[in-house]
Amino acid sequence: MKTCLLVDDSRVIRKVARRILEDLDYEVAEASDGLEALAWCRAAMPDVILLDWNMPVMNGLDFLRQLRTEPGGDAPRVVFCTVESDPVRIREALNAGACEYIMKPFDGDIIQAKFAEAGLA
Amino acid sequence: MTPDDIQLIVALCKTRAGLSIDPAKTYMIESRLGPLARREGYESVSGLIAGLRARREEPLIWALVEAMTLNETCFFRDRTPFNLFRDEILPTLSRMRGPEPIRVWSAGCATGQEAYSLAMIAEAGKDIEAHARVEIYGSDISERCLEKAQSGLYNQFEVQRGLPIRMLIDHFEKVEDSWRLSPRIRQRVRWRRLNLAADLTNVGRFDVIFCRNVISELDDAIRARVLEGLAAALPADGFLVLGEGESPLGTTDAYRPISGRDGLFARNPAFRIAA
Repeated sequence: MKTCLLVDDSRVIRKVARRILEDLDYEVAEASDGLEALAWCRAAMPDVILLDWNMPVMNGLDFLRQLRTEPGGDAPRVVFCTVESDPVRIREALNAGACEYIMKPFDGDIIQAKFAEAGLA
Repeated sequence: MTPDDIQLIVALCKTRAGLSIDPAKTYMIESRLGPLARREGYESVSGLIAGLRARREEPLIWALVEAMTLNETCFFRDRTPFNLFRDEILPTLSRMRGPEPIRVWSAGCATGQEAYSLAMIAEAGKDIEAHARVEIYGSDISERCLEKAQSGLYNQFEVQRGLPIRMLIDHFEKVEDSWRLSPRIRQRVRWRRLNLAADLTNVGRFDVIFCRNVISELDDAIRARVLEGLAAALPADGFLVLGEGESPLGTTDAYRPISGRDGLFARNPAFRIAA
């Protein structure tokens, strides 16, 4: 079973996204900010990371940049899932190593379509 | 709605556009006609039908038929046909046509995402197939759909279904809460209102016809006529691309399948185009 680390500071979003990801046959772990996500990754790199941008402690972009410097940190496919929809921000995320990008609000169809786009579903 | 109302709707859709509507699906009929009823100032679909009986106006009849068409679409829907277009159809035709234009028709294009997906592929391929000139045409029966297609303006939900994020930022600009396709891609597509169930004799010649998830909505008798009309528009080395699970085989002998390629057909050499 593939693993997905779900990183979002909203418990509600995590609950909704977890259900969608489990329907896509992912084993899901959760983190509520970038630092907690890094701890998860250092313990075991997930296959995929669904990543919010704006979070306390460490935001999604800083997390992604840090992740890519970690041993094995180039492996996980990272899909941003955020309210940020400015094309400049989207380019920043892609340049930092994200492979896809979801603009909130999202639903199951969008996550499924985006994961398919990235070869993840 | 009364059974008579439903019968009238079913009959209008069949005679005007060849659409096959299941009279048992009253919920579907209500949900498709509800917005039209409200736009026309009626309180209900029953009111709209009563108004239509009283006014007998052609624009209202056509608005009803248009509202009953299924406009479900998205960018790069089902992906595989677009990969085939990019990796096989376009390179093959490009070699055969040389500097002659390759004409591609998105028949029943709804709000335009299919035609624009093809346009984005053609734009990306222009460096590889430098001499190829790809002309893309989109047609639909619905004026409202074509207006949206021409605007090239899509909401956030629409641009997140099927469209890779890199294509979004390469080809769209953000306009408030929506996204507008660049003029470069918009200018690649020409639009035309066309009823596929009407006479297709003068539509012109097309090297590739995408007609996906359209024929399955048509009445059996009309389906054969539409498929033969499309075959007549295809050259012998052209391609017809149908939707998942759709096939002309068994309906008409105008086509032969292309081996190993689901949904891809060529004109049957034995098919005689009616004079």
